[in-house]
Amino acid sequence: MSEARPDTEVVIGLEVHTHLRTESKLFSPAPVTYGESPNHSVDLICLALPGVLPVLNERAVEFAIRAALATHCKVHARSVFARKNYFYPDLPKGYQISQYEEPIATGGWIEIEVEDGAGGSATRRIGLTRIHMEEDAGKSIHDSEVTGRDSTYVDLNRSGVPLLEIVSEPDLRSAAEAGAYLRALRSILRYIDVSDADMEKGHFRCDANVSLRPRGQTRLGTRTELKNLNSFRFVEEALEAEILRQAAILDEGGTIQQATLAYDADSRRIRVLRLKENADDYRYFPDPDLVPLVLPEDQIERVRSQLPELADRRSERFRSQYGLSAYDAHLLTASRPLADFFEVAASAHGQPKPVANWLLRDVLQALREQDREIEDAAITPQALAALIRLVEAGRTTAASARQLIPELVERGGDPEAMVRERGLEAVSDAGVLEQAVDEVLNAHAEHCERYRAGEKKVLNFLMGQVMRSTGGKANAAVVRELLTRKLDE
Amino acid sequence: MSEPLATLGSLRAALDSGAVSSADLVEACVTRARASQESLHAFAGLRAEGARADAQAADARRARGELRSPLDGLPVAIKDNMVQAGELTTCASRILEGFVSPYTATAVARLEQAGAIAIGRTNMDEFAMGSSTEHSVYGPARNPWDRERTPGGSSGGSAAAVAAGVVPGALGSDTGGSIRQPASLSGVVGLKPTYGRVSRWGLVAFASSLDQVGVLAHTAADCAWLLEAIAGHDSRDSTSLPEPVPRYSEALGGDVSGLVLGLPREYFVEEGGDPEVLSAVREAVSELERAGAKVREVSLPHTRYAVATYYLIATAEASSNLARYDGVRYGHRAAGVRNLADMYQRTRSEGFGNEVKRRIILGTYVLSAGYYDAYYRKAQQVRTLLRRDFEEAFRDCDAIATPTSPETAFRIASKTDDPLTMYLSDIYTVSANLAGIPGVSIPCGFAKGLPVGLQLLGRALDEATLLRIADAFQRRTDHHRQRPPEAP
Repeated sequence: MSEARPDTEVVIGLEVHTHLRTESKLFSPAPVTYGESPNHSVDLICLALPGVLPVLNERAVEFAIRAALATHCKVHARSVFARKNYFYPDLPKGYQISQYEEPIATGGWIEIEVEDGAGGSATRRIGLTRIHMEEDAGKSIHDSEVTGRDSTYVDLNRSGVPLLEIVSEPDLRSAAEAGAYLRALRSILRYIDVSDADMEKGHFRCDANVSLRPRGQTRLGTRTELKNLNSFRFVEEALEAEILRQAAILDEGGTIQQATLAYDADSRRIRVLRLKENADDYRYFPDPDLVPLVLPEDQIERVRSQLPELADRRSERFRSQYGLSAYDAHLLTASRPLADFFEVAASAHGQPKPVANWLLRDVLQALREQDREIEDAAITPQALAALIRLVEAGRTTAASARQLIPELVERGGDPEAMVRERGLEAVSDAGVLEQAVDEVLNAHAEHCERYRAGEKKVLNFLMGQVMRSTGGKANAAVVRELLTRKLDE
Repeated sequence: MSEPLATLGSLRAALDSGAVSSADLVEACVTRARASQESLHAFAGLRAEGARADAQAADARRARGELRSPLDGLPVAIKDNMVQAGELTTCASRILEGFVSPYTATAVARLEQAGAIAIGRTNMDEFAMGSSTEHSVYGPARNPWDRERTPGGSSGGSAAAVAAGVVPGALGSDTGGSIRQPASLSGVVGLKPTYGRVSRWGLVAFASSLDQVGVLAHTAADCAWLLEAIAGHDSRDSTSLPEPVPRYSEALGGDVSGLVLGLPREYFVEEGGDPEVLSAVREAVSELERAGAKVREVSLPHTRYAVATYYLIATAEASSNLARYDGVRYGHRAAGVRNLADMYQRTRSEGFGNEVKRRIILGTYVLSAGYYDAYYRKAQQVRTLLRRDFEEAFRDCDAIATPTSPETAFRIASKTDDPLTMYLSDIYTVSANLAGIPGVSIPCGFAKGLPVGLQLLGRALDEATLLRIADAFQRRTDHHRQRPPEAP
């Protein structure tokens, strides 16, 4: 898909809603569950029975502070919960408790990796306007096909689940940057263990404000708001579609109408939900059932002291402590479990670089093929370290070891026993290998000539032929030694 | 007037002496409630069977010597806006038609734990919005002193039931005077505690920052017992205060010597009020002076903004609090609706009465974009000024004495067509809710045969001083012993 004209600048700001992984809801002791039967994770408060009152979940507050600190926000000593009033059947109280004029945190930033225009990558800092806490609504299920009637059903299991709304500055300049921002944010939220941030499960939802302006203009263009972008792929697709839509209107001399939009993933089309003149008046006011949230400095500092090392810091440390490339360090620290796995494996093995190579190349490939995350894999860091040592000791070959990795990832096991049981021990017996070498040299006389004529890289081809004929089990060092000796004779 | 006054205290003595059983008391209450219902309409519903079972249990406890509290086995009534598990709670509204609560309000639960027995739900203005108990789906409650007149409101059913001797005590709620004003108009004691002193868990919200559960009875001493039972911190109400509850009943020594009573000059103005009410209140203050209290004038300069401030904040909060009555989960739902908007419109049009609708519309307007700053935010600022007025005044006095209401009980239907006049009934009571301070109304005389109430306002959490003064006054007077001429 093409981009807007080069003299046009894309301006995107994102509002992310992420579920906090608390055990109970934001204002009631009802459990937070996923996949429970409809209306089974509700209590009097979620149902908004007459006379019930909200009580703030302190764990959710701690998570919010953690997220704010991890994104370099200022956590406010005082914040206020407000009511956002609107009628909908899945909103039992007729209002959502949120934070409005006084959010818990403002003014932070996160870093994303962007293309630098020269084929490389650069780091860009994206500002965060604010982070606030709010409760989720329930779900309305319009399912005339199932019921055969024109009915709507309401499931309140999600009603009251704690959310953080994280609002970025309009600092993003392309759909790809928006995608990078979301991935970076997700990584942070997972690192600090406050949210699964799983977009496909609806734990991590995104609305986007999009506008275009001539490059060089500081004033923002008229924006539209794209609602409910609920997968990473759709976010970028939808943003690209909206950028093109706006660009086409502007190219024809038209003006953008401020509107709330939805992206239909099936038809790949943008649909207008409502225009600005029909915008709701939510009649926000401070919730009189709740007292202002007051956070003493020592409480904020306590949370700060318990923050884990975040990805950007850890990436820097991986470079300096383990001598890894920026690229490898960045990949290894993209998820906290992966970084943890690496550190344990590197320590068990003693050499960080080969561990990084094996992990990034072979283990990640097996994970991708099996559609797993490292934390769901059966392989242990100790097993990976042991396997690499077997290769280095010449007891098996790299090719054989590579064969074992998918199985280790899927079922786990002891690499040494597996090598023995599968007969994957490297063949180092010169007598056995000499025969294979002779066969290869006889079959490729032309290559032998070229080698002798000075084309030394032909050796790699011949090595490969010997490895192939031995099923990858030949000890490469021994083969190399035999080959050079015989060729140089 | 032939019977001695049936107070919680006298009934407890009768139980202790074995002269009556709890079952006898409950039976007598139920009988009186039924007999009075046609003429007073004090009740929204009775729980005769449940109360009888509770009475048997209380009598059994008494026989075993396992009394739970001084209130054990004594009958009370509960305003129809506090929930009790398994019982109807309707707020005198069609929209909560048939609503049976699965849980119990903290104030009610604490009465139950103390052994008190709820015999029924008392009539009220719909969702506690009103000053006359006329805005009720059950029809208007009537004043036992003159059945052509209202008992005041919104806790008019509780006030009428106590005044008529149907029950010795009742729970009410007070958002802008809804306990004190009916207590005044019906000739009983009504106490609105400090905001946060009694949990609001299970009190159906009208205006959350103003609502407070309180008590009505014949005497300050009875109010002390009831308040002691229901007050105290509740983790389910974030606005509930953590301070320990004093033994209010032990604060009643009859001595007020040295206490300073403040008379706010803004409340003792001749225009607007009934002069006989003012003179009865002045006489009551003189009585307290004779008892040893000192009197001095104080000023509450922002008083004239109180009613306007109150009606901005109360309606704003109400418009949001009542949004949950949408026909989706419980209560009334209009039949044969075409779509969602139609369901909301018809359910709420059919379910709410005119006064409730009026306040929802006002409150919605007050909070709407473009008006919020001019109305709601400004009202909150004035509220702060009103609170400071009291803080300032309480530097010079221990309690403030005022009339509870500018007039005595008014005729039914005399103000229903003129909401503004009705709102002005609250002129002396709303400030205490805005400031969050406690207030009590005690019978202090009569004007043309109708009861007059003296209002005492106190420092936050100083209910004990209010009750001490009220009790001292009642020891020296017999206004509270007067019984309505036609009491059943």
